[in-house]
Amino acid sequence: MTMLNTTRNTPRADDVYQMLIDAHEGKTKAESDAFNARLILTLINHIGDADVIAQALKVAEG
Amino acid sequence: MTAPQKIFEIPLYPYARSADQDAATPARHTVVVIGAGPVGLGVALDLAQQGVEVLVLDDNDKVSFGSRAICFAKRPLEILDRLGCGRPLVDKGVVWNLGKVFFDDRQVYEFNLLPEDGHRFPAFINLQQYYFEEALVKRATEMQAEGAPVSLRGRNRLTSVDQKADHVVLTIDTPEGPYTITADWLIACDGAGSPVRQMLGLDFVGKVFEDNFLIADVVMDAPFPTERWFWFDPPFNRGQSALLHKQPDNVWRIDFQLGWDIDRDKELRPENIDTRLRAMLGDEIQYSLEWSSIYTFQCRRMERFVHDRVIFAGDSAHQVSPFGARGANSGVQDIDNLAWKLKLVLDGTADERLLHSYDVERVHGAKENILNSTRSTDFITPKSETSRLFRDAVLDLAETQDFARPFVNSGRLSVPCTYDGSPLNTPDALPQGPARSRPGSPCLDLPLGDGFLLDRLGARGAPGFQILAIDAEVPTGFTAQGLPCEIIALNTQTAPGLTARYLGDVKSAVYLIRPDQHVAARWETWDASAVDAALSRALGKEA
Repeated sequence: MTMLNTTRNTPRADDVYQMLIDAHEGKTKAESDAFNARLILTLINHIGDADVIAQALKVAEG
Repeated sequence: MTAPQKIFEIPLYPYARSADQDAATPARHTVVVIGAGPVGLGVALDLAQQGVEVLVLDDNDKVSFGSRAICFAKRPLEILDRLGCGRPLVDKGVVWNLGKVFFDDRQVYEFNLLPEDGHRFPAFINLQQYYFEEALVKRATEMQAEGAPVSLRGRNRLTSVDQKADHVVLTIDTPEGPYTITADWLIACDGAGSPVRQMLGLDFVGKVFEDNFLIADVVMDAPFPTERWFWFDPPFNRGQSALLHKQPDNVWRIDFQLGWDIDRDKELRPENIDTRLRAMLGDEIQYSLEWSSIYTFQCRRMERFVHDRVIFAGDSAHQVSPFGARGANSGVQDIDNLAWKLKLVLDGTADERLLHSYDVERVHGAKENILNSTRSTDFITPKSETSRLFRDAVLDLAETQDFARPFVNSGRLSVPCTYDGSPLNTPDALPQGPARSRPGSPCLDLPLGDGFLLDRLGARGAPGFQILAIDAEVPTGFTAQGLPCEIIALNTQTAPGLTARYLGDVKSAVYLIRPDQHVAARWETWDASAVDAALSRALGKEA
C-alpha cells in the first residue's frame, strides 16, 4: 500500500501558504467554503490512490 | 529613596551651543544625519571612520525611551564590529537560540536557531535599544576624542529642508532659537514618522494592519528560560496572541495582541496591565513595569530612498511589523550599504550611479523584509474567518504532524540580505563554489589565526575593495580604477574553515570583496583584467 507522505514536502512553505490565503481574499465565507470543497476534490483527483486519501482523512480527523 | 536612574533618563548628549549658531553665513557640512537612533548613529560612525565629516542632529538628548527594538541578529552585530562596537553589545546582551510556539495551552512547535560554529557572533542577541544606542554614542565619543570628524548635537530639531542643486539648506530649532546650516548630503534616519520625508512631501505607501499590540517590559526574577515563547489563542488572552522574551537586567518583553477596537488609555493603565500580567504569569509574581506602549503595524516603504541630496535609511525609508526583528536589523544593513558608496562619490572615485545601487540593493532588502513580515502578520492576525481557519488548522496539525510545522509563522527572523541581481555584481564565474558565497552575499565568518576572517574584511579606514585569495596565486598588490586593493592571500592549510564556506568542490578561489564585506565577484584563479572589470562594475560604472 502506498503510504501518505507526512514528511515536509513543500520547500517554499511560506509562498504556498500565501497563495492559499490570497485565493480566498475578497470571498464571503460561503464562497470560501465552496472554493475549499472544489480545491479538495481537485487535489484528491491528483492523488488518485484511495488508500492514500483514506490515510489523509485520518490525519485530518486529528 | 528614589530608584537609580535608567540610562534612558540621563541626557547623554545635552544641548550645547555650537559655533554654527553664531556664524555670519551658514556653516557648510559634508554630511548631516537627522536622528540619533541605531541607524543614524551607525551611519555617522561608518562615515567618520572613513574620514567623512558628519554631524548628527537629534531632537532629543537621550537614548531611546524604553527598550523598543530588542532582537539583534548576527549580521548587524558584524557590521557594528566593523565600526568598533559589536563586541560590547554581545557582552551585555542575552544570547538565545530556542523558540517555542503554543496554541491554546499546548506546545505545538519548537525551533532552534542552531547557530553554525566558527562565527564570532551568535545568531541573535536580545538587548534593549537604549543599550544599543548607548554603545554607539560611546563609540562616537571615543572616535571624536581620537580626532574623527564626527559630532552629535542634542535638542537640535530640524524644522525645514530646502534642496538646492548640489547641497541642502537646513533650518534647525534649539532651546536658544533657530539657526541655519548647509550640507552636501542629508541622511534622514528620523524614523517611521520621518519629518524629513514629510517636509519633502514624499509618499510612504503600504499596508496598515487593523490590530493593536500592547508591549509591557517588566523587571522581574522569573524562572523562565532564555527562549522566545509565542502563544496563539492562549487561555490568558483568548482569540489573540502573546509573546515572552528575555532581555538583560531581568527585563522581560511581554506582548499582548489586543485587537482593533480598543480604548488605548484604558489598556495602558497600570492596573489593567497588571490584570493581564497576572492572568499570564500567575498571581504571585512580583515585578515592576519599566515601559509600556501600544502599537499598530504597518508594512510600507518609499518607492526609492535617494532623492537628490537627501537619502533615507532605516524606518524612515521602510517600515515592517516587529515579528521577525526586521526593523533595526535592516536599518543597520542600510547604512552598511550606503556609507562606503557615499564616501566614494564624495571622493569623485564613483558617481551617482553607485548611489543608485543603494536604492536597488536596499529596496530589494526592504521588499524581502516587507514580504516576510506581512506574511507573519497575516498568520498572527488573520484577516478573515477562512484565513483564521487555515491558521488554526496549521497549528492543530503541527502538534502531531511534522509536515505542518514549516507553515507555522510566528515571525521569520531577520537574515542577512543577499543582493542577487544587483548591478554591482559580476556574473558568478565560480558557480560550482558554495552558493551562500555567491556574488551579492555577505562574507561568511570563520576562525582565522587568533581572531576571525571578518576582522580582516571591509572598510575600517578608507573604503578599499579587497581581494581574498584562497589557495590561489595572486600578486602582492593591485590597483585598478584609481583604488588600491588590499590582497589577502590565505590557504586552507592554516584556515581549514575556508573550504566549506568559500571553496566547496573547487581547488582555489579569488573573491573581490566590497567595503561592506559583500562579495562583488569570484573566480577560480587570478585574472587581472577580470578583476579590473569587476571592480569597475562594483563601482557602478557599468550600470
